[in-house]
Amino acid sequence: MALAFDEYGRPFIILKEQEQKTRLSGLEAQKANISAGRAVSRILRTSLGPKGMDKMLQSPDGDVTITNDGATILEQMDVDNQIAKLMVELSRSQDYEIGDGTTGVVVMAGALLEQAERLLERGIHPIRIAEGYEMASRIAVEHLECIAQKFDFGPTNIEPLVQTCMTTLSSKIVSRCKRALAEISVKAVLSVADLERKDVNLDLIKVEGKVGGKLEDTELIYGITVDKDMSHPQMPKQIEDAKIAILTCPFEPPKPKTKHKVDIDTVEKFQTLRQQEQKYFDDMVQKCKEVGATLVICQWGFDDEANHLLMHQNLPAVRWVGGVELELIAIATGGRIVPRFQELTPEKLGRAGLVRERSFGTTKDKMLYIEHCANSRAVTIFIRGGNKMMIEETKRSIHDALCVARNLIRNNFIVYGGGAAEISCSIAVEAAADKYPGVEQYAIRAFADALDAVPMALAENSGLQPIETLSAVKSQQIKENNPHFGIDCNDVGTNDMCEQNVFETLIGKQQQILLATQVVKMILKIDDVISPSDY
Amino acid sequence: MAIEKILKDDASEEKGERARMASFVGAIAITDLVKTTLGPKGMDKILQSTGRGNEVTVTNDGATILKSLHIDNPAAKVLIDISKVQDDEVGDGTTSVVVLAGELLREAEKLVAAKIHPMTIISGYRMAAECARNALLQRVVDNKENAEKFKSDLMKIAMTTLSSKILSQDKEHFAQLAVDAVMRLKGSTNLEAIQIIKKPGGSLKDSFLDEGFILDKKIGLGQPKRIENAKILVANTAMDTDKVKIYGARVRVDSMSKVAEIEGAEKEKMREKVKKILGHGINCFVNRQLIYNFPEELFADAGILAIEHADFDGIERLALVTGGEIASTFDNPESVKLGHCKLIEEIMIGEDKLIHFSGVEMGQACTIVLRGASHHVLDEAERSLHDALCVLSQTVNDTRVLLGGGWPEMVMAKEVDELARKTPGKKSHAIEAFSRALVAIPTIIADNAGLDSADLVAKLRAEHHKEGCNAGIDVISGSVGDMAELGISEAFKVKQAVLLSATEAAEMILRVDEIITCAPRKREDRM
Repeated sequence: MALAFDEYGRPFIILKEQEQKTRLSGLEAQKANISAGRAVSRILRTSLGPKGMDKMLQSPDGDVTITNDGATILEQMDVDNQIAKLMVELSRSQDYEIGDGTTGVVVMAGALLEQAERLLERGIHPIRIAEGYEMASRIAVEHLECIAQKFDFGPTNIEPLVQTCMTTLSSKIVSRCKRALAEISVKAVLSVADLERKDVNLDLIKVEGKVGGKLEDTELIYGITVDKDMSHPQMPKQIEDAKIAILTCPFEPPKPKTKHKVDIDTVEKFQTLRQQEQKYFDDMVQKCKEVGATLVICQWGFDDEANHLLMHQNLPAVRWVGGVELELIAIATGGRIVPRFQELTPEKLGRAGLVRERSFGTTKDKMLYIEHCANSRAVTIFIRGGNKMMIEETKRSIHDALCVARNLIRNNFIVYGGGAAEISCSIAVEAAADKYPGVEQYAIRAFADALDAVPMALAENSGLQPIETLSAVKSQQIKENNPHFGIDCNDVGTNDMCEQNVFETLIGKQQQILLATQVVKMILKIDDVISPSDY
Repeated sequence: MAIEKILKDDASEEKGERARMASFVGAIAITDLVKTTLGPKGMDKILQSTGRGNEVTVTNDGATILKSLHIDNPAAKVLIDISKVQDDEVGDGTTSVVVLAGELLREAEKLVAAKIHPMTIISGYRMAAECARNALLQRVVDNKENAEKFKSDLMKIAMTTLSSKILSQDKEHFAQLAVDAVMRLKGSTNLEAIQIIKKPGGSLKDSFLDEGFILDKKIGLGQPKRIENAKILVANTAMDTDKVKIYGARVRVDSMSKVAEIEGAEKEKMREKVKKILGHGINCFVNRQLIYNFPEELFADAGILAIEHADFDGIERLALVTGGEIASTFDNPESVKLGHCKLIEEIMIGEDKLIHFSGVEMGQACTIVLRGASHHVLDEAERSLHDALCVLSQTVNDTRVLLGGGWPEMVMAKEVDELARKTPGKKSHAIEAFSRALVAIPTIIADNAGLDSADLVAKLRAEHHKEGCNAGIDVISGSVGDMAELGISEAFKVKQAVLLSATEAAEMILRVDEIITCAPRKREDRM
């Protein structure tokens, strides 16, 4: 009770409550939090694995998204509960850090919370549970390193990378042509990767989509596409060996930032001003021509006159190109972004082997392809598909596959998928639990149980008997001391993941376990929830 | 403690069976809505907009109907989306794609009720779609080499497409129009070069194809009404007061006489501009923007035809057909490319005067003038013609052709059925369902024509058991007929797009097991 008495015996209120605030405290708060967290993970549980189902989300504006990407589902879900928001954050941070496994991490956290609830009921203090989880997660991560395998690939031998990307893609709607998409992703990543430094800048890969055609038409373009067309309908549609001037200044008379007024009070002034204006346009176009540019890409618009002058000088131009695209073009062509006409020099021009305009379908959709750039490291993945939702979902899937390929280049250790890694960790944690004296032992054991949740969900989604399958695989792993056994989701006939070529990255798995543990610890430590009550 | 509410107040969540139910119901409702418009005897729909004026549209174009619907069901939105894409990509088959997707879902619903997992259904559908596509590929006819035959193919396709539209009465006439127009394009799919002008009055039969270009504008007063061997300058420039574009400039004067001086200067400027334009040696000037009275007068004095305020598309097209460039500055007349045409004259269509450019340089362009009793008829005629043009232009690029009248569906269904018999496991149910969904299309066509669909489709199926059969539904006589003899053809590209998009959409909806709807964004009340 937030009511105290001062030395004269008068009551005063420390914390105002009842009307404005609702308050949950103690065990009740923890239970409420846990059930909220579990509710979120329950939503995602059915999306796990190659046979996972999709969710249809309708946004406040009525747009429909169909996806089975955990991070996307949670992001669009309009969550109100604070703890549920934590779970959303969890999946988002996995997305930022690793890019894949966003569903798995939430399922994992949900399982940990479920186990924690049982321990709480037995009267174990939440902090002790949290500590036990912490220890267990450390054991699991170390164990993962033990069972991880290094695998080699090179620019010529991309097969292993393709296999890993295929594992990621097989759980998405694009699984129909996962092979082709995986190859595209791997090629894209390899062409921008810096293999020496083991670094990949994913910003150099642009994923573009255009409705129409079919998924098989998706292609990798060694260059950049811009969703714009030439500013004048009669400019040439194809330019070879283009020298590109990249401008962020409009083809217009300058607008000084300071306030000023030009007063016209005589006829002479009127005429000089007119000539001045014409000179501006002439100068600008001349400037571009002089440095030898054969294509002008401008962030701003042009005046009609400027447009015609450019056309006249046989200088094709593109206008209203967005900032991000402009940067990408600059990177790809090796040009510099020029903010003023005065600073335009031949060295600052970008180079591209081929620039062409392409049109699609029956409507007037046009896109500009900039290919064979000086710096060939910028690539574009151009997705075609039957409808908008399909394209969006493919974009997300490609993003995941790209992230996986990048992670492998950074760290080429893999673990086996299909729940094999989780089962193996669970066995290791279970064995280690007995060595710990004290209450933590229970928490560690609970952690081992929670690890089983992922393979269990996989089996359930694939229409197998979850408990039966899991125990069979587990005993097989122990008996043969081989961490390659997982759940046979696709009904191939073998549950050796090594044969099925189902891999996941080591850092992805580790991150999943660490992130899930952290969030669960945080949730367990909350023992008081004060929120404004709605009325 | 009960499960915490984790979503916002108005947001809702539907899970498992109920979610699937909701999407099936939504998708099937949409299908039933457009189903009756399928085929040559399909019926039209009246759409009334809620906007100002409550405009009315009468159409049987699937994409147009679906575009105008306000739908709340997310699954239905998926179907609307595929029909839109079909429209953008190939232009025709917008109804068929929705109907096929709907039928696939209807079959899937039965399978789900029989406790077959959606994922199994999906993999069955995928196999079936692949098999169906191969079946079509084997039976396509490609007359690319034989120009004469190809032209008759195009003609047949155009007639088939048009026969389900309002133009079916005069389908031969319009098919000829469409084929002529598309042949002029010489393989490009740029339909912009075909201009469609709608003028109420007369009857649909009075519509015609014009080889030149028609601009819906009037010729300025006192200017020549007819020019032979015209040199045309197409421009986009201000012919009112030429504004000073330098930022912050303004006129500030202290006496009336100064005002007059400046005005004089302005006039002088305009006069100079006109002179420069005249310096190009032209006798026709077309501007996108307004031409004020003063310059117009100057043009009239010089005996030049000046056309003002041609719309943006018009200008581009005009530049395209006459081979000129769109000019905005006039300082170097020698390097500006002028457009040419043999004859410019004012013509009358119905009550309206139009400007007709004939004998243009680029042979690609042409204009189709549609005549008809009312705006609604014309709008619908334009949509139908557009569909036909789209299909034809796509066919010119991909010359493979199939027979129509439910023939492709029966061919696919037969092959898919064979596959089902060979496939072990639960998938075979899904494959069988796919073939049933395919057969649904000829059934609906027959139903819409008021025929005994069960009898006809059964006969058709029997016919198709023979090798190399060309049987399809002949809606006119109400019996099974030889499609090759009747000259009913469809473009392969359209059929393939219908098959693939419909399967994709059905798959997408099947995969969903949960629908989460966010609270609708609150709109401020506009009182």
